[in-house]
Amino acid sequence: MKVLLGHSGSELSWEAFRQTVERATAAGDSLTVAIYDDDAVGDSLEEIESQVRAELDAAEPAADVRQLDGHVGGGLVELADGEDFDRLVVAGGSRSALGKIRLGSVAEFVVLNAETPVTLIR
Amino acid sequence: MTSNRTYPDEPAGTFPRPPRTVVDREDREIDLRAADRSDQETLLSMYETFDPADRAQGIPPVKEYAIESWLETVLDEENLNAIAWHDGDAVGHVMLVADRQGEHELAIFVLSEYQGAGIGTELIETLLGHGQREGLERVWLTVERWNKAAIALYQKVGFEICDTESFEIEMTVRLD
Repeated sequence: MKVLLGHSGSELSWEAFRQTVERATAAGDSLTVAIYDDDAVGDSLEEIESQVRAELDAAEPAADVRQLDGHVGGGLVELADGEDFDRLVVAGGSRSALGKIRLGSVAEFVVLNAETPVTLIR
Repeated sequence: MTSNRTYPDEPAGTFPRPPRTVVDREDREIDLRAADRSDQETLLSMYETFDPADRAQGIPPVKEYAIESWLETVLDEENLNAIAWHDGDAVGHVMLVADRQGEHELAIFVLSEYQGAGIGTELIETLLGHGQREGLERVWLTVERWNKAAIALYQKVGFEICDTESFEIEMTVRLD
């Protein structure tokens, strides 16, 4: 399976990334990691990319890493639908102190707009 | 640290404070009382019978251990809670949970057989009155955009819509 993972550097993105790498290694998926900037996180794309590459090297799945700029949701949908990915995985959602889940704007956009099936990790 | 939420310029009026007793539209006598850690077991029982269709944005959780740990947080000393009682049973629960910006998030759950009888409105107003007594200033909530009944109820109480950009609508009220 050809899998695209969106990665913002958030804690939840790292969780989604590790789960997806584990699955890709076991199932022989071809994985592309698309890194993007989320103002809420603060890590630079380069910092995220070097950590992603380090973990991918350790796990050894077939993987490609790219950086997205511009409208992140639009970029993910264009990439997933335009390059025939079988699945788009994104982390999206946070819990308030009270425990209510809120979806992030990227997650909302891709769930509504992607033709490719979306796995939402939250 | 402050949030970027917008609040109404003017505070809402004075809300009634707990404890108080109201009669709902089904002629049931409902006691509205402040709640704390000692009510955890009661609330656990209430949420175990909660209708899955009445959950909102992931709460209350489904599994017993998850409800317990959620109640641990909600009933923490820095938060305010109130329960609607009927014949000795908890039938509704409203909470104000402190966030990191010194504001408070509100959520309410009423058992399905007690919905539509005006208890939710009374219960929210009573906890906001408790909040005024304790010096709380800013209260916010999120609600799913299809939930017109809840949005109308919150507006009636004094909340105003402040953000409609995401999946959920955000509403705020100023207490003081």
